[in-house]
Amino acid sequence: MTKPLEVAGLGYDLPGRGKGERRKTRPLVRDVSFTVAAGETLVLLGRSGSGKTTTLKLINRLLEPTSGEVRLGGERAADLPVTRVRRRIGYVIQDVGLFPHFTVERNVGLVPQLEGWPPARIAARVRELLALVGLDPDTFMKRYPHELSGGQRQRVGVARALAADPPLLLLDEPFGALDPITRVELQREFAALKGRLGKGMVFVTHDVREGLLLGTHIGLMLQGSLAFLGTPDEFRRSDHPECRAFMAAA
Amino acid sequence: MSLLAFYSRNSQEVLGLVGQHLYLVAISTGAAIVVGVPLGILLTRRPTWRGPVLGVANVFQTVPSLALFGFLIPLPFIGGIGATTAIVALVLYALLPIVRNTYEGVAGVDPAVREAGRGMGMTDWQLLTQVEFPLGFGVILAGVRVATVVSIGTATIAAAIGAGGLGVYIFRGVAVVDDTLILAGALPAALMALAADGLLGVAERRFAWRGK
Repeated sequence: MTKPLEVAGLGYDLPGRGKGERRKTRPLVRDVSFTVAAGETLVLLGRSGSGKTTTLKLINRLLEPTSGEVRLGGERAADLPVTRVRRRIGYVIQDVGLFPHFTVERNVGLVPQLEGWPPARIAARVRELLALVGLDPDTFMKRYPHELSGGQRQRVGVARALAADPPLLLLDEPFGALDPITRVELQREFAALKGRLGKGMVFVTHDVREGLLLGTHIGLMLQGSLAFLGTPDEFRRSDHPECRAFMAAA
Repeated sequence: MSLLAFYSRNSQEVLGLVGQHLYLVAISTGAAIVVGVPLGILLTRRPTWRGPVLGVANVFQTVPSLALFGFLIPLPFIGGIGATTAIVALVLYALLPIVRNTYEGVAGVDPAVREAGRGMGMTDWQLLTQVEFPLGFGVILAGVRVATVVSIGTATIAAAIGAGGLGVYIFRGVAVVDDTLILAGALPAALMALAADGLLGVAERRFAWRGK
């Protein structure tokens, strides 16, 4: 069976400013390779600026890789229309990015609407998803994002990412901006939810506890490269200095 | 002679001038919207054009309006004595606030919202029409409001080049040193500006999504 995500030799150089000789490029991601099977969650762990978020954006082509390739369900992402790539991938970001002028219903139903689903099917799907992320559909469907708490907004963000039932989910510090209590609450619920979903996920965080709780695999990024890739148990036992530094912070 | 007596005696003429004035403002602001809003959106897609385009629009603002009307008179096609010249000048004045606010409104959309939209597979056109334009609409309206209010005032000067409007009374009043006559032109123009400001202000607040 083909995997939701295969990444091989992925690299990204930031184009430099200036002209001619002075135009130097700076590598942000170097030779990153991993695969994510259905039901697996790869946690990309690393310090700020280690290339975690850049790697995510290379997968859904918000950035175009300088080298290497991304395969989605066996197909080369570079060969597909960019909007198709993105609609096949659920995307959750720390700032949520809900559309403030859309109700919760329209926010969650966005990708199905872009894909031209009939309205009745969208409405049913939205109800199903809100219930899935622990929000009562009748209470929340007609509300606007500014009428929600931070935790509720991120629940809506997760529901929106799941809307068109994508085989792959990318999450960029989704719980990073929440207060500690809400964060732990959502982490627990998410841990339970992801088992039921059976999707491939890439989850970016700098919080090692969150990573060990949610990941089936941990990828540790250091200066743009994957310094370690293994299970949480292997991560705990690793004697790589960066792994130890993270374990010491846990 | 009191203002009310003047109005009752000249009601036909007053209504005619008010109509002319509204015509000048509506046509020029309308044309400035048709040109300015797409231009402002274009600038968000071609950021390097922003400086030169806003610079040129800015230059028109600095030319005194009476001088601009004067400069336009000798030009072929758009110039001459009458309403066309006045409308061209009013459009040039109205462009800057509309272009600038359209740019600010569209470019000022929360980057997280834009990234989420792109990340979910919206095309640039979908992002513009469903997200950026609706979210920037309040700011764009603010530009239209400023342009309209300025146009109502500036259009009084259009009488100097034979375009008609309420400026006819003002110029006539200045010429014969008659305060009532000046007021007869200035008061309706001021009320018109206040009404436009109020109405567009209400519409603007209705679409103020930012900060929520």
